[in-house]
Amino acid sequence: MLGHFIEEEGVPTASISLIRLHTEIIQPPRALWVPFELGRPLGPPDDAAFQRRVLLALTGMFEVPDGPRLEDFPEEEPETTGEITVLACPVDFAQDAVEPGETDPLQVAFRREMTAMRPWYDMAVAKRQRTTVGVSGIELEALGDFIYAFIGGTEPDNPRDDIPLAYTLKFAVEDLKSYYIEGVTAQPGQTGASSQVLTAWFWDETVAGKVLLALKKVCQASTDSTMSMIGDHAIVPGDVALRQEN
Amino acid sequence: MVRLETLSEAERELTQRMAQICPSFETRPWVKGPPLRQRRVAIITTAGLHTRHDRPFQLVQDDYYRVIPGDVRANDLVMSHLSAGMDRTGYQRDWNVVFPLDRLREMAAEGIIGSVADFHYSYNSSRAKEDSTEPIREVAGMLKKDKVDAVLLFPS
Repeated sequence: MLGHFIEEEGVPTASISLIRLHTEIIQPPRALWVPFELGRPLGPPDDAAFQRRVLLALTGMFEVPDGPRLEDFPEEEPETTGEITVLACPVDFAQDAVEPGETDPLQVAFRREMTAMRPWYDMAVAKRQRTTVGVSGIELEALGDFIYAFIGGTEPDNPRDDIPLAYTLKFAVEDLKSYYIEGVTAQPGQTGASSQVLTAWFWDETVAGKVLLALKKVCQASTDSTMSMIGDHAIVPGDVALRQEN
Repeated sequence: MVRLETLSEAERELTQRMAQICPSFETRPWVKGPPLRQRRVAIITTAGLHTRHDRPFQLVQDDYYRVIPGDVRANDLVMSHLSAGMDRTGYQRDWNVVFPLDRLREMAAEGIIGSVADFHYSYNSSRAKEDSTEPIREVAGMLKKDKVDAVLLFPS
């Protein structure tokens, strides 16, 4: 759709297509269908040569004489690992590890897990010279308690004045996920972990995943329509929520 | 992999449902241009990217896109796409997965493309056809002022 309107204004366009069926209907001027996962229009991370081949194929479409043109990229995304890699959780989350006097085992385990993930996250940032954490604007040290406050029944003040609290929470959730994924992919042997492995690890094996599943229910029960919408759609992926229900 | 046969039944159903609302057009615009080695290239992404200090995306009226400066660095960008299901694990390791500015800069340095634009653009997600026309045309006007003659569109 973007391609159609921009081309109408006189600027040539070429699109990556992730879902061929949709592109066949829209018929943008130039489109290159790629057999990659949603969210990865250029293919695998940290594979400059592969990404370059995708871009060469895409920009090469500016040289064809007429259209609309829909072509298929001939390569599959390379398999990153031949087997499912088990990503070790860095701490023991057993509830009996809670110290006397601590009343919320989930919160305690969550704090411990976040702390244990920190050296891997720091290593990831140092190695990549970047982080995707920070969209919420909440300091990393305060992130876990901010999110957990909703579960604990004490809705915190909104630290931002430019967006509603529900959005601040949504972006804090994304910061939390980024913190874990960036960190775990810095661990030995995990640099090539597939999205399926990482997603399964986060939702099935981490305390953070359990916290977010609980948060989803809290948000869904909110009388604030934006908060309930965030709970319905923006915290837990639909297939994960369905799997957890079953 | 986004092949229909590899999706779960629920995902296939969603893909088919979305196909029902895909816009179709009666016209087929097609603009020619100079050879690739002379073209000035810009990126438009729908991954909800923006600079770290820019406003996050929300589902609000009249708020469609963000501008990303051409000299942006990887650590300057964050993502406020609202979808919980969109895979971010590639982007979290390498921004070129959704915003291949490093690759374009390399291609410009090698003379494969002419140059990289001074500004790039980011949308949060697809909008209804009638809702999007004017903001997209507005961006097209900016692209022309930047002398862009090759726009690369990257979905999320």
